[in-house]
Amino acid sequence: MKSKFFSSCLVNGTLALICLFWTIPTFGLLITSFRDRLDINSSGWWTVFPHRDWVSIQKITPAPNVDRYAPMTLGGVTATFEQFDQGITANGKRYLWIGNRRIGYLDVESYQWTADTTFTMTNYQQVLASGNLTLKLKDGTTYTQEGIGMERAFLNSLEVTIPATVIPIAMAAFAAYAFAWMKFPGRKMLFVLVVGLLVVPLQIALIPILKNFVALHINGTFLAVWLAHTGFGLPLATYLLFNYISELPRDIFEAARVDGASHFIIFVQLVIPLSVPALASFAIFQFLWVWNDYLVALVFIGGASKNQVLTQVLANLVGSLGQNWELLTAAAFISMIVPLIVFFSLQRYFVRGLLAGSVKG
Amino acid sequence: MSASQVEGTRNHLSGIQIIRMIAGILPLAATIALLAWGMFFIRDVQAGRISLPQPITVLLAIVWGVGGLVLLFTMGNFFIEQLPERWAPKVEPILFAGPALLMLTWALVLPTFETLIASFYDQASVHFVGWKNYLYVFTDPSMLHVFRNNLLWIVFGTTFTVGAGLMIAVLADRSRFENAAKAMIFLPMAISFVGAGVIWNFVYAVRPVSAPQIGLLNAITVGLFGGQPQAWTAFFQPWNNFFLIVVEIWLQTGFAMVLFSAAIKGIPTEIMEAAQVDGANEVQVFFRIMLPQILGTIITVSTTIVIFTLKIFDVVWVMTGGQFDTSVIATEFYRQYFTYNDNGAGSAIAVVLFIAVIPVMVYNLRQFARREAL
Repeated sequence: MKSKFFSSCLVNGTLALICLFWTIPTFGLLITSFRDRLDINSSGWWTVFPHRDWVSIQKITPAPNVDRYAPMTLGGVTATFEQFDQGITANGKRYLWIGNRRIGYLDVESYQWTADTTFTMTNYQQVLASGNLTLKLKDGTTYTQEGIGMERAFLNSLEVTIPATVIPIAMAAFAAYAFAWMKFPGRKMLFVLVVGLLVVPLQIALIPILKNFVALHINGTFLAVWLAHTGFGLPLATYLLFNYISELPRDIFEAARVDGASHFIIFVQLVIPLSVPALASFAIFQFLWVWNDYLVALVFIGGASKNQVLTQVLANLVGSLGQNWELLTAAAFISMIVPLIVFFSLQRYFVRGLLAGSVKG
Repeated sequence: MSASQVEGTRNHLSGIQIIRMIAGILPLAATIALLAWGMFFIRDVQAGRISLPQPITVLLAIVWGVGGLVLLFTMGNFFIEQLPERWAPKVEPILFAGPALLMLTWALVLPTFETLIASFYDQASVHFVGWKNYLYVFTDPSMLHVFRNNLLWIVFGTTFTVGAGLMIAVLADRSRFENAAKAMIFLPMAISFVGAGVIWNFVYAVRPVSAPQIGLLNAITVGLFGGQPQAWTAFFQPWNNFFLIVVEIWLQTGFAMVLFSAAIKGIPTEIMEAAQVDGANEVQVFFRIMLPQILGTIITVSTTIVIFTLKIFDVVWVMTGGQFDTSVIATEFYRQYFTYNDNGAGSAIAVVLFIAVIPVMVYNLRQFARREAL
């Protein structure tokens, strides 16, 4: 009995540790995205939790006539400017000079429990909006900065993702039905081709397709990205849907055929409603894939800034403002919010899709 | 569907049938024309020649893409219904499978051959250069580093992803908090590689020695161990590659875990119970019963992750840009094409990637053939 309790503790303890390790990075990002720029740069995000630290309890501004080049007596402590500037600890308190020699002040701090819980929406405001914005920092200073304009990229991502999810599913469902339930010459060979294409790395196709798009003058538009994602998503879509549709009971098809229903009627009225789980699985798969894709968007949308999707804008931010964590964290979270919602609300279908066998090119 | 089969039935057409066929093909042709017009319209909107508010463009695009497809299949079906009865079964497969097959041919089959040909030509794809590009790919010192890095990714990325996924699946299976734990591990799968790059860049963030460390890893290094802050993904060579690989492990373990978890639940309980009755301990049950039972899944998961790792691009591109000796095959491919405009070398790298996945392709096809034979 005792050993069972012990082993259960070991299992849950190890699992908890792993889960903690897995969640901390995302959690840190989320917290940071709501912190003030000044806070982000002066302390780690974990200081939002209760911890022991030096906390300011009193500010002493010496009179203007005090000689700052000689030892000063402030708050009952005598020391030179240099010593105060380094910070001295006496009577359980820390005396730290803030600011420069002439117009600074002495901060009296005590070591106590504290939590740094000032949160703000400023980062999100700056990341989403475009144009010039006047923003306010925690200490009251205001500054004007250009917004990143991610609102637009967010809409772009939707515009890219929805058709690039629905089009391949529709095409693949028809094809999967044909491969499963129609008789035509070359059926098996053509399906083998689909299976073979499952693992082809999309890198091999990028440049020839890019050349086609340039010739059609659609390079840089969403149309190009839809076509590319449709092509790259089709093998997996056809394969997954074939697996599902071909397993549907033969009797219902025969009964419908006897009643004189055409393939089209059978497909629309029987196969589609029956295949909803499989369609949903692949839809989530493709949705996450396209929303999170960077390479295809980078190649086919490229630098045409007004059509860029979230992943591109985020990646550009890393390049240009790699140290502005208040922007990067908020932008990253904006790019994650939709997939996270889709994922958690439809996780069951997603897992089913994964289990149905997924090797994607 | 071949032309000769259609021809065999040509001699018995009445006038009414011909009129019906023509009436049937008109809506189909109109649909195709409408779709083509829509495509050029959307192209012009996006190129800025026609200006519309963005939400309307979004809506229009979705209606065109999705509605167009529905219309196409419906009109296609209408056309088939107008055909003589003997023809319909022969034309139907073309309507059903045709669009997908055309799309696949255009997007994957033809480009593969084009890239293969381009890999034997020079930078601008004008002059034939034989094996020169491949010679460069396999002998250039920078390319050899690229292959070394990719090998590190494949070996360590796959091993740790599979190992961690298996461990978590086994642990979760015996825990009361199974679903919550699995959801937490699974969560990164919804995050893009670019987003993950930002998340981990922040964990690895480095500040000067005098400033407070705001990156978790450096805060721990300095605060708990009294060490020096490190630029983990940059100058910490060659270990920086491992700090990038961690990101992939973090993203992909959820995938491995889900598949293993399902496989473990699929092991018949009688086998496990019988082993326990026979006095086997936990470790013995794991190695002698569980592992052999889920070996198939382990192979599938490993190959999937190897293929994924082989093509890894975003993480490296976003976190280091391939600098600091972290370049991998896919980033080098992008650089050859878009930075150096070298079609030849870029194509050769893509072909190498393609050749690397051929064994998996053959394996998949064999599995498929075996299943079909049953």
